[in-house]
Amino acid sequence: MSAVLPRSPVARPVKLKQHWVDRLAHVFLALIALVLIAFLAAPLLSILLQALQGQEGQFVWFDNFVSYAKTPALLGSLWNSVWVSCAVTALVLPLAFAFAYALTRSCMPFKALFRGITLIPLLAPSLLSAISLIYWFGNQGALKGLMQDFGIAQIYGAPGIVLAECLAVFPHTLMILVTALSLSDARLYEAADAMGTTMLRKFFTITLPGAKYGLISAALVTFTLVMTDFGVPKVIGGNFNVLATDVFKLVIGQQDFSRGAVVAILLLTPAVLTFAVDHFVNRRQTAMLTARAVPYAPKAAPVYDQLMTLYCGIIAALMLAMLGMAVFASFASFWPYNLTPSWRHYQLGLLDAEVGVAFFNSLTMAGGTALFGTLLVFCGAYLLEKTKGVEQLHSLVRLLAVVPMAVPGLVLGLGYIFFFNAPANPLGFLYHSLTLLTLCTIVHFYTTGHLTAVTALKALDGEFEAVSASLKVPFYKTFWRVTLPVCAPALIDMARYFFINAMTTISAVVFLYSPETKVASIAILNLDEAGEMGAAAAMAVLIAMSSTVATLVFMLLAWWTSKRTQAWRGR
Amino acid sequence: MSQSSFLDLRHIRKDFGTFTALKDISLDIGKGEFVCFLGPSGCGKTTLLRIIAGLEVQTAGQLTQDGRDISLLPPALRDYGIVFQSYALFPNLNVSDNVAYGLVNRKTPRSQIKQRVTELLKLVGLPGSEGKFPGQLSGGQQQRIALARALATAPSLLLLDEPLSALDALERIRLRQEIRALQQKLGVTTIMVTHDQEEALSVADRIVVMNHGVIEQIGTPLDIYREPASAFVADFVGKINILPARISQGELRFGSMRLASEGADRDVRVYLRPEDVLARPIAPGDPHVFDACIDKIEFLGSYCHVHVASPALDGNRLMVYLSLNFLSEQSLQVGSTITLKLVPERIKVF
Repeated sequence: MSAVLPRSPVARPVKLKQHWVDRLAHVFLALIALVLIAFLAAPLLSILLQALQGQEGQFVWFDNFVSYAKTPALLGSLWNSVWVSCAVTALVLPLAFAFAYALTRSCMPFKALFRGITLIPLLAPSLLSAISLIYWFGNQGALKGLMQDFGIAQIYGAPGIVLAECLAVFPHTLMILVTALSLSDARLYEAADAMGTTMLRKFFTITLPGAKYGLISAALVTFTLVMTDFGVPKVIGGNFNVLATDVFKLVIGQQDFSRGAVVAILLLTPAVLTFAVDHFVNRRQTAMLTARAVPYAPKAAPVYDQLMTLYCGIIAALMLAMLGMAVFASFASFWPYNLTPSWRHYQLGLLDAEVGVAFFNSLTMAGGTALFGTLLVFCGAYLLEKTKGVEQLHSLVRLLAVVPMAVPGLVLGLGYIFFFNAPANPLGFLYHSLTLLTLCTIVHFYTTGHLTAVTALKALDGEFEAVSASLKVPFYKTFWRVTLPVCAPALIDMARYFFINAMTTISAVVFLYSPETKVASIAILNLDEAGEMGAAAAMAVLIAMSSTVATLVFMLLAWWTSKRTQAWRGR
Repeated sequence: MSQSSFLDLRHIRKDFGTFTALKDISLDIGKGEFVCFLGPSGCGKTTLLRIIAGLEVQTAGQLTQDGRDISLLPPALRDYGIVFQSYALFPNLNVSDNVAYGLVNRKTPRSQIKQRVTELLKLVGLPGSEGKFPGQLSGGQQQRIALARALATAPSLLLLDEPLSALDALERIRLRQEIRALQQKLGVTTIMVTHDQEEALSVADRIVVMNHGVIEQIGTPLDIYREPASAFVADFVGKINILPARISQGELRFGSMRLASEGADRDVRVYLRPEDVLARPIAPGDPHVFDACIDKIEFLGSYCHVHVASPALDGNRLMVYLSLNFLSEQSLQVGSTITLKLVPERIKVF
């Protein structure tokens, strides 16, 4: 053994020679970074620039913000948006919490059924609940008299928006709360029982603090969803203006891009805030539950369980009434005078109003989003998680991948107008094309897909790539033979999520379509504007149906792939 | 070095930001040698292994394998097989496909691959398990498959990153002997990272003891145990008693003991293995004999850890190994007095 020699002179940083295969990984990641820059960062930046520009494109500092603040009508919209969002949050949060509590902390029967029914609003554009409410409580609504007995003169405006949004955001709020309430340690309750703690005290000292972060997160998400939703206020808002409808009017109606950009930034603010708080909260939440925690298993308590069943039954009935009325109205020959079932509205919608084309566009876009979105997002997540290389590039993609979560669809769509409609943009040829609609939708829903992929990839052993390299197998072979098959369930999940959301999205694409590339959810808005409520209801039902069918197809696909690729999971 | 040098590390240094994980590591490994990197967690042993594998990049230094400079080569261009603590078996591939994973890529004919897989599975003691999935095997079995996969391409170097840490105690002892036997049979140069000193002592040709990013000592297991080069090695490898002492006027003094010693006057510490304190035979007139009182008896089966305190050692406590039979023969129990003897040539002073 040699004696320890004097220290070698400090060398410049050592870098391994790169195998061409690893360079390939860097090139792919750089491509993904380029896509995200072109279709996310650049449009967002152009909103910012637009907000600081005058009508002639000159730089005006904050003049647009000042002139916005001096317009009473617009300020009124801001106030409307805020209080409506607050009202919905205040209503939905306790309702969803009780529902989530029943699902996770009681022994009530039919849990899966109740859970399934609450997912209905996710299958259709949010405006379905608004259309349905008009049939229940509108000028010719079935229960208009009952509503007026409660002192509400008409459903159009704030009452309609609040009610419709409650139904539309319920599943989103519920999902977060169910997750929060599932993360509980049974031993805390056992310890409390051992000390003779009352039910009420256990609720306030264990349950609520445990779900605290979930509640914060749910409240913020609800608030943001309502604030940035476009479909509901458009359909049932009447003369009640909110920020989301203002953006549309300013940009499409008055071509006032600068003030449109100002409103977009106002919409972006709560979303960014939500995102930041949620990020912080998530980090806390995971730290709270240790791997050793014992999951809480509710014990049967007849009276309490029956009460919970009753409560969930009422909520589920409301959801079904919402969907049911839309279905019923879509078949009624001439509401409210002739209720005999007919295909009249479907015929009118699909053939006369050419929604058939729009429907086909929707399916094309949803299919493209599901296929290319899943591909892009999964490859991006894989390259981030499993390859090493240029540190700055990794950080950039990591950041861009989570930004879409904080960007409302309306804002993204507006950015696309500003960016792709600019005469100097070489990508301008994409404007109005179905390709751009698809790309916009992929970017809009990028983060959720990304997080699903990252979770699935993190569950894989971190040394697969090292083992492959030692066996001289290039990374893409291991990706094909091991990573993809093992992650197949997550991939299908991502594809389903992309598909359903592409079918139902309105907010981002409402700025980007042309008559040839109109999608079904937009066609519903147009039908509603044209006063064809029945046809609008029919088309919304059609979207809900196709989403349901798609969900079933994806479930079948999941079952089939898991039989083929997941045999190793069983013992 | 008796063997020809196979893997040569020169002045390896690794910084993570401002933290230096490895400071100037130089090491020669002979062909066919079984070397263990031993040290507490965070000592840099795994980092060093990953640098040899090309999974981490050294900040400075040079690596030569079989006469070839591999310092800048990516993992795929180096020649080694690796086994991780987590097994890292591909869960969706069966045992046969896992073992053949590196062979398929070399365009080996199918019949030959099948033959090689059969041969390897026999080698690791799991013949006939080709069709099973990793999830159907126990931890020890999975690690054997991982070993077969690493050996399939007949690499000249085998790297084992804490391969036994995830296994239960019995399986660990069995598998480490199997790994050793396999390594000797194949003659493949092997480096194993471990924090378990017993594991290192039982399998290695040479042990590299590391601490805080430096090599404390390199030597055979017996060397490391009997002739520790530093206080850290003496303390980390095996059990040892540590007593305060002083060197004064050419004498090592602790308690009433006086031993010849060299060096300047200073305070030192005496390191004494439990087995180097004997209860018999005791020759009359031996100056290293002293009486001690039994403080505590820790029963471990055929022998016991007996903690004693002695005025001859300034009341310091000492742990010795005594057989159960001896204790009952002499009817010794807590509170009894016992005569003990030091073996002066075994005492280490740091």
